[in-house]
Amino acid sequence: MTTLSETEQKITNSIDSQISDAISPVEKKFKMIAENVTIHYGNTMGVKNVTMKFPEKSVTALIGPSGCGKTTFLRCLNRMHDMTKNAKVEGKVMLDDIDLYDKSIDPIYHRRKVGMVFQKPNPFPTMSIYDNVTAGLKLNGVKDKRILDEIVEDTLKMAYLWDEVKNDLKKSAIELSGGQQQRLCIARALAIQPEVLLMDEPASALDPIATQKIEETITELKKDYTIIIVTHNMQQAVRVSDYTGFMYLGELIEFRETKKLFTDPKNDLTAKYVQGQFG
Amino acid sequence: MSTTNEKREEYRALFKNNVKKRLLVDKIVHIIIFAFVIIAIIPLGSILVEVFKNGITAISYEFLTATPGSIGTGDGGIGPAIQGTLIIIGLASLIGVPIGVMSGIFLSEYGDNRLARNVRFFNDVFMEFPSIVLGIFAFLVIVLILGHFSVWAGAFALALIMFPIVARTTEESLKMVPVTYREAGTALGLKKWVITFRIVISAAKGGMITGILLAVSRIGGETAPLIMTILGSSQFFSSMDVPMDALPLRIWRLSLLPYESSQLQGWGAALVLIFIIIGINLAIRYYFGNGNERIMKLIKPGVTAKK
Repeated sequence: MTTLSETEQKITNSIDSQISDAISPVEKKFKMIAENVTIHYGNTMGVKNVTMKFPEKSVTALIGPSGCGKTTFLRCLNRMHDMTKNAKVEGKVMLDDIDLYDKSIDPIYHRRKVGMVFQKPNPFPTMSIYDNVTAGLKLNGVKDKRILDEIVEDTLKMAYLWDEVKNDLKKSAIELSGGQQQRLCIARALAIQPEVLLMDEPASALDPIATQKIEETITELKKDYTIIIVTHNMQQAVRVSDYTGFMYLGELIEFRETKKLFTDPKNDLTAKYVQGQFG
Repeated sequence: MSTTNEKREEYRALFKNNVKKRLLVDKIVHIIIFAFVIIAIIPLGSILVEVFKNGITAISYEFLTATPGSIGTGDGGIGPAIQGTLIIIGLASLIGVPIGVMSGIFLSEYGDNRLARNVRFFNDVFMEFPSIVLGIFAFLVIVLILGHFSVWAGAFALALIMFPIVARTTEESLKMVPVTYREAGTALGLKKWVITFRIVISAAKGGMITGILLAVSRIGGETAPLIMTILGSSQFFSSMDVPMDALPLRIWRLSLLPYESSQLQGWGAALVLIFIIIGINLAIRYYFGNGNERIMKLIKPGVTAKK
């Protein structure tokens, strides 16, 4: 246990010197800004005072060992913690100029701007492929069949799934393979025309081929969307992301351009992690 | 790491190596399980066989449609009882199912608080209430106040039996739906009630229908609360404010008579009641299934979605 507390001590010492470099990797327009976000679950602290700025139309990866708070942090960007009874979020999350945690904000309206893809593929089991993609639209009141058809084709193409399913859109979504289901979930998230896409380890349950397809999708989507992706897989972060944040024990240790973070980490802990010495 | 290789050997030596004996035990356990299943099936099967054997001779067109004849002659039929049972099941379901389903939704989706815990507890207690107590309650609050027997009182009493069952099974089926679907709905910017009614319920439909059918079957055979509320009659339904007949009441009356012809009619009425319950079950399962699933549900009750 001594090593752990020593490590923690190191973190706190090093953080102050590095945070200024960490929070603004480049001069660019920021789509989302998280300021001093702290998240409690009951008495345990999941995320400690994290400040991060996410540049527009780029991919930001969050890496770190299990239980470091990456997913917890990601979920606060969409106010998903509203669903968890004991969770308490402090701090500010700005989407453009709006604070998502402002009391006057209706989270439902803003969740439509921030799409989310989950770790395990979760298509709605009783719906067809077509209905899954259009679920967010139909249940939000879009009824025009022509528009729905258009969006289904468009989003399925963006998710690289169209060619595989275009002939049986009426098929049940759970008949698809795991990788196809995950791409369907991406299409479903894109269908509500979000501006930001949050991805929580979207490829962790998939085989290498499906993973590659998802990564191609992400690279393609970057042109139009701001993407924030949590991943366990450091190689994946290198392949898909422009910026990478390394989290450890609920704190953001280092946040820089991906290349720099992996080739020239400033923090000892980051260096050890990216070299695979722990994790 | 305190386990040394010597210790591991020691642990391994403790394992039992009598494979033959264990295979034998496995077989014996298998046989015992089957034996108990057969013991459980015997009474059920013999009841069905007995009812069918005795009842089938009584059934004729006249028996199914006519009003009861003079006592002891074996004339007439159970027409009013069939009609009454369908009416009372329908009315009770109309009251009991919506209340039960909504309570179940409340307990499952909004049920993480003190109020819901209390509701759940009393609901469970209510489910075990003797049905005659509920009959007496309906008698006190409706029949006595109105001053006459009433179909509404009967439907009310049966609805009281129904809704705790429906509430509990609805709650359980909704809780079986993984939270990931709710999360997916939330991330799509949907309101909670839309997620509940359009996504969660459609995934839990199979289990909910099973619960409703369970409750329908239960009230279909209830006799005690009906004695206190609709009394029984030998006429077809004419008004909500006069006594009405129902199959359980008719079976009860006929089987108590000392005439063999009446007892035979009682068996016939019992057979009809069994057919009505099975019929309602199959019809509802068929109606709520879709496509190939419809057939699946007939064979395999409670199937919601393929894995």
